[in-house]
Amino acid sequence: MNLFTPISWNDAGFILTGVLNTVYISVIAIFFGTILGLVLGFARAEGNKIVNMCLGGVLDILKSVPLIIQLILFSTFIGAMGYPLEPFVAGSIILSLYTMAFMVEVFRSGFDNVPAATKKAARSLGMSYWQTVRHISIPIGMRSVLPSWIGVGLSVIKDSALVSVIGYMELLRTAEQLISRSQQAVMILVGVGLFYFLISYPLSLYGKYIERKMTR
Amino acid sequence: MDSYNFHWNVVWDAFPQLLGGAFTTLHVSVLSMLVGIVAAVFLALGKMSNSKILSLLSSIWIELSRNTPALFLIYMAYFGLGAYGIHLSPYLSVFAALVFVNGGYLAETFRGGFQSIPPTQYNAARSLGMNRVQAYRHIILPQMFRRIYHPMTNQFIWSILMSSLGILVGMNDLSGETQRLQSSSFRTLEFFIVAAAMYYVIAKLVLFAAHLVSKRVFKGELS
Repeated sequence: MNLFTPISWNDAGFILTGVLNTVYISVIAIFFGTILGLVLGFARAEGNKIVNMCLGGVLDILKSVPLIIQLILFSTFIGAMGYPLEPFVAGSIILSLYTMAFMVEVFRSGFDNVPAATKKAARSLGMSYWQTVRHISIPIGMRSVLPSWIGVGLSVIKDSALVSVIGYMELLRTAEQLISRSQQAVMILVGVGLFYFLISYPLSLYGKYIERKMTR
Repeated sequence: MDSYNFHWNVVWDAFPQLLGGAFTTLHVSVLSMLVGIVAAVFLALGKMSNSKILSLLSSIWIELSRNTPALFLIYMAYFGLGAYGIHLSPYLSVFAALVFVNGGYLAETFRGGFQSIPPTQYNAARSLGMNRVQAYRHIILPQMFRRIYHPMTNQFIWSILMSSLGILVGMNDLSGETQRLQSSSFRTLEFFIVAAAMYYVIAKLVLFAAHLVSKRVFKGELS
């Protein structure tokens, strides 16, 4: 008796769910990571030493502990405390925080890039502090961070594969299940790799193109 | 809220095994970094060479490693090669994937570092009577090394953290060992808290060591 059934077109829907889930969780993590990163990056650029030390310490932990350990730890922790969350929610929370940790540095360097003289000029023209931030620091600072922002975004798309460990059905996990059923590892894996590559490569080219345009 | 009773004794008893796992983690990261550096030198040279084929092959390696998840590459080494009858152990699959990624990333670092040195430096060295080897040995490479040192440290930290993916193919590194221990004792939370702390300490120690080395080697002029 043949235990394994080869993959067929019926599996396309299953793989497509994985694709959509990967895109979905990546977009969510990049969205929240960017917003949180912008706020905390601003706090790091403008804040005093104490703010910086506390923030730096927390962000350091997020960056120095492997993502996979963070995911397992968080989902076990909330489970043990009696508030189990869906794999998708738990995964989004940790992936967003992880993204945030890297976005903070991106945005901080952006804010640091705004010349002090420009900000002073804005203030002397009668703008308030927040007006300066809104109309001067953010538009000027954020222009220079686009290439690094794309870089962080790309690594999030790739790291989203790790959310599979807590049971989220993203692309790599659907592929793994198809492999264990059909035993056609190479064909499925090549397809999966191609998908990641097709998302990631054009974006990385675009990032390089912007970077070249800026330095010129 | 349910109260959760922490039992740290189990973790304490298993600490030698965790340390053994940490050693494997360091082992695979250091080895993959060293082999990755060698690969990266050849890739960077290949990409900058005039030969179209060499340049294309290097580009394929570099772009594949940079644009696909590390976990995918580990699966490729573990399941993918297995389909062709090449059965790598978990250690070797993680090692192969890390070498592949380190090679690709470091190749771009090396190439960027090399191209950031203005060609006038080389010409000036030659006009001062140095030969080609001397110019590279005393002028180009020291400046280049200074610029790539920091990215290389980061890549090493990345290798340490990413070797934790060994958990998914049953490797006996720190995370794999943690997984095995928690599955027989059911103290999941305790074991993973300790593992997280150990990864943090390892990463900090490596950064600290890298800082000490850079202070000695660059004598405080690290840009």
